[in-house]
Amino acid sequence: MTNTLHRYGTAESFKDDYVIFALPAKGGAQTGDPKPALRRFLEIALDYNPVNIGDAIHGGGTRPTEHSHAMEHFARRPTKPDFQRVMDGLGEPTTYSAVFATREDAEAFVQRIVEEDLGLSINISSSIENAQNCCKAAGITRHSVGYSLGFEGIQDNAPNRHVLALSTMCGHGMISQSLAKKMIDMVKENRASPDKVTAALSRFCSCGIFNPVRARRIIEEARKKTF
Amino acid sequence: MKISETKCVGCGNCTYACPMGAIYVDPTTRKATVNSDECVECYACYNGLSKEHLPPRTVRFTRRMMSKLWLRFEPDPDICPTDALEPDPLSWPRVVRRAFSDPRVPHESTGVTGRGTEEVKTNEISNRIAVGMVGFTIEFGRPGVGVRFHQIQEMSMALAALGVKIQPKNPVTAMMSDVETGKIRDDILNEKVLSAILEITVPVERTEEIIRTVWAVEKRIDTIVVLGVGTRCDEDGEERVVAPILESLGYTLKRAKTNLGLGRPQIRELARENAEPANQAQESVAA
Repeated sequence: MTNTLHRYGTAESFKDDYVIFALPAKGGAQTGDPKPALRRFLEIALDYNPVNIGDAIHGGGTRPTEHSHAMEHFARRPTKPDFQRVMDGLGEPTTYSAVFATREDAEAFVQRIVEEDLGLSINISSSIENAQNCCKAAGITRHSVGYSLGFEGIQDNAPNRHVLALSTMCGHGMISQSLAKKMIDMVKENRASPDKVTAALSRFCSCGIFNPVRARRIIEEARKKTF
Repeated sequence: MKISETKCVGCGNCTYACPMGAIYVDPTTRKATVNSDECVECYACYNGLSKEHLPPRTVRFTRRMMSKLWLRFEPDPDICPTDALEPDPLSWPRVVRRAFSDPRVPHESTGVTGRGTEEVKTNEISNRIAVGMVGFTIEFGRPGVGVRFHQIQEMSMALAALGVKIQPKNPVTAMMSDVETGKIRDDILNEKVLSAILEITVPVERTEEIIRTVWAVEKRIDTIVVLGVGTRCDEDGEERVVAPILESLGYTLKRAKTNLGLGRPQIRELARENAEPANQAQESVAA
């Protein structure tokens, strides 16, 4: 899933970013119904304070809104993720993901997933150190590793680095750089709160791997232009 | 994608939402317009923008009245107030754009959504990257630039000329007319997609050679390249072979995807486990 792998930022900027996902292998390499196991994966995740959950087809906890009457234009739209909606909409076996923002939650979740032995492939997309710590805490060893070598020609100190950090949080490229820039500007001008713009960006992520906690932190940092 | 001229009120929100920057407000019509050559059919505007379903005439009237007072009608920046985005029916070869750009559409060649490849994600089951081998994912087009297939072909042909094996279970490979040479079918060469991933597998000794080739080609093609390098870890979970090569080439390894090796040939049958107590209960009632 290169869409979780290639996130722009320094290793330090992934301190609150643990994307953990489960998927069955394709092509008849496994037997058994993956759907209950995938659902179980997300049910367990809910016990460990995830900041987002989702599946690759229906999306994450914050989705686009649809008004049913004109007066709703003046109503406030939800900025908090709705995990129950994610759980209610699960169906096809695809990649299911849970995002955590603290080391404690991520490590405890991985430990529990190892105990549950669901038989699904489980991957952690984060800094190398974060993933190693999770493995150590769960008493397991890594099977394979896929390194991100970063975007060729784009340095860590590139102009608009906050924009890149936000827009690459959807590795499918659904979060445009123009929108990320506009959201940062709105916060800088105090025309919108970090919560509101984080939710707006979250709605474009189509598989629930957007990390709203990291996004809020980046937006707050961008407000004062530090990194 | 197209934008309905009768519904669009020219608020401009979709211009920001488009990852390719392919939407602009036409100064003559004052309506949002899609540059169809640059549009990659990712549906980010259609799927990502919220919908208010407001009547276009009401919105236009409100906008006109407010502008007389030097005020603006501004829906939230992630809303299309009048539901003006309308998907176009796509035919070959344009349909390729959506298959590679809209992550909700599974690729027919792999059955995988997103960019369509499993890489090392299921390696403990698939053994896609075996011991002593390195898997490269060479992704083009992100962030926010896009890529045309003739640009991908430059890379695939350069790598194929080195005699490397192009990963068969991959959507880009499925678009090749000759996998041995890396040639992509002619009728899609000018199609633009949001991003695409070329995958190859080589023995670990060829890691540096591949990276130097990628560096040389990516300077010639007008897009962004991002490299992923997958490999097996040792018995103790350490990886002591590929990382030193990458570091010697100047890379600072920060982020990775780590496969925990928890996949099994048999997925745990939770449905049956959950069903057992119910069956027992029925039996006891019958008894």
